[in-house]
Amino acid sequence: MSLILDNVTYKYSTNTAYEITALDGVSLKIEDGEFIGIIGHTGSGKSTLIQHMNGLLKATSGTIYYNGQDIYDKDYDLKDLRTQVGMVFQYPEHQLFETTVFEDVKFGPKNQGLDDKEATLRAYEALQAVHFPEDAYDQSPFELSGGQKRRAAIAGVLAMKPAVLILDEPTAGLDPKGRGEILHLIKNMHEKKGNTIILVSHSMEDVANYVDRIIVMNDAKVYMDGSVKEVFSRIDELEAIQLAVPEVTYLMRELKRMGYNVNESVTTVEEAKREILRLKGKLA
Amino acid sequence: MNIIEAKDLVHEFFRRDEEGNIEGISVALDKVDLNVKEGQFISILGHNGSGKSTLAKHINALLTPSDGTIYVDGKDTSKPENELPIRQSAGMVFQNPDNQIIASIVEEDVGFGPENIGIPTDEIWERVERSLKSVGMWKYHAHSPNKLSGGQKQRVAIAGVMAMEPKCIIMDEPTAMLDPQGRKEVIKVAHELNKKKGVTVILITHYMEEVIDSDYVYVMEKGKIVMEGTPREIFSRVDDLKHYRMEVPQVTYLAHELKKNGLDLPEGILTREEFLDVLNIG
Repeated sequence: MSLILDNVTYKYSTNTAYEITALDGVSLKIEDGEFIGIIGHTGSGKSTLIQHMNGLLKATSGTIYYNGQDIYDKDYDLKDLRTQVGMVFQYPEHQLFETTVFEDVKFGPKNQGLDDKEATLRAYEALQAVHFPEDAYDQSPFELSGGQKRRAAIAGVLAMKPAVLILDEPTAGLDPKGRGEILHLIKNMHEKKGNTIILVSHSMEDVANYVDRIIVMNDAKVYMDGSVKEVFSRIDELEAIQLAVPEVTYLMRELKRMGYNVNESVTTVEEAKREILRLKGKLA
Repeated sequence: MNIIEAKDLVHEFFRRDEEGNIEGISVALDKVDLNVKEGQFISILGHNGSGKSTLAKHINALLTPSDGTIYVDGKDTSKPENELPIRQSAGMVFQNPDNQIIASIVEEDVGFGPENIGIPTDEIWERVERSLKSVGMWKYHAHSPNKLSGGQKQRVAIAGVMAMEPKCIIMDEPTAMLDPQGRKEVIKVAHELNKKKGVTVILITHYMEEVIDSDYVYVMEKGKIVMEGTPREIFSRVDDLKHYRMEVPQVTYLAHELKKNGLDLPEGILTREEFLDVLNIG
């Protein structure tokens, strides 16, 4: 069970003067149950990449295999792929449209052909999973706060029970607590259900705190692909492509330069805390 | 002199049911007092729905008070004849640069505002050049905005506001959609405009790191100002901020956690440099 991209290239406006290569020979293997972060500056190809993963864009050349099947095969059911690979777009609340939150969440499973009873159950489960307050199920989705709208929209995708969930900057525009809540929820779901999560983010701190593997996109290519620690140890290369590392990683590098014997591969506040306490313990 | 003076500012709006009947009244701003001196750089924090954006809209008369008063550059926003002068005194930059750029060439976009208020052509071009230079985007003046990065587009949007020669710029989450580099560029430009051109800046953001160089910070909750002070004063109160759904910069938080574990560190450390200094001594 996996998602494989084999030498995928995507070009806009082919055969015109405006031809742009948005993906350039991208090869990736994503295993079942991975939690992956995709980072890259605006225009690096992140969004184009994820839109290939559920067949919204068709590669100009190259092949994509989902669970061993070529998704460009003429007998392949793309509609089925899209229910298995769910996508939460940027500002998903802009896609809310039903009269009540509950109906909105039910729309996806109903569209999958499930009967009303099953769709109702799915909607209920999904809203519970995102901790949506029960007394607001029958409210209009347009009367909710920003964070609640976002939850309702994510529930709408969860209700389809996708095996792979792709989220394009799910926390953009949310306040810090709202950001933490949404990311916790995704992490919990990943741990409980074991589904594959692909998170596109501009926040290096969030990526460091939640994902296991990072894919760095630059100039339409995969520029780095590795564990959080491997990727965030390459500070200068990341800065050269307009990215950064978490603040605490910079701090550790400076401590090291000042001559302290610290582990530079720190990427979270918790790790930094342990490292400095260890250091101070030794100094005392 | 105060460029913004709000006294007991209240903003209420009606909630309506499906037939349009009034169901109830929500209070978005609840007796807010705010005084901003000309040339200050102030930041406003607060969770989604706390009233930050409503307050911002009052500062350039997109909204007018339900009760109380707000004066911008000495003009009462509730008087209809003040609307246009106020919008010239106080320009606004929004979250999404793609929604604010309208022309197909950068310089035309920046010139749109001044042209609209009848500035003579020669002076429009002078203003376009000056404002694009002030945000470091002059070399792109003949480019199409489509090809620019997010941070560059947002700087063009800021130049468009600067071309109106405002005394005050309100930025409502200008970095929410940008990558790390773009965020840095926009915040740097905001500080440069403030220092070099003396423009008053009001920055609304969810990113705590962007606030540390402000002169003064306000935290809003349920339409009220619940905390105010210098960045150091505000970020010394980690637990209060958490209560208001905020956080502190990573370095500040690390120092706070280390202090809890017995290290002798002051609260309210804002930067890596400060952290390294105190760690050395401590």
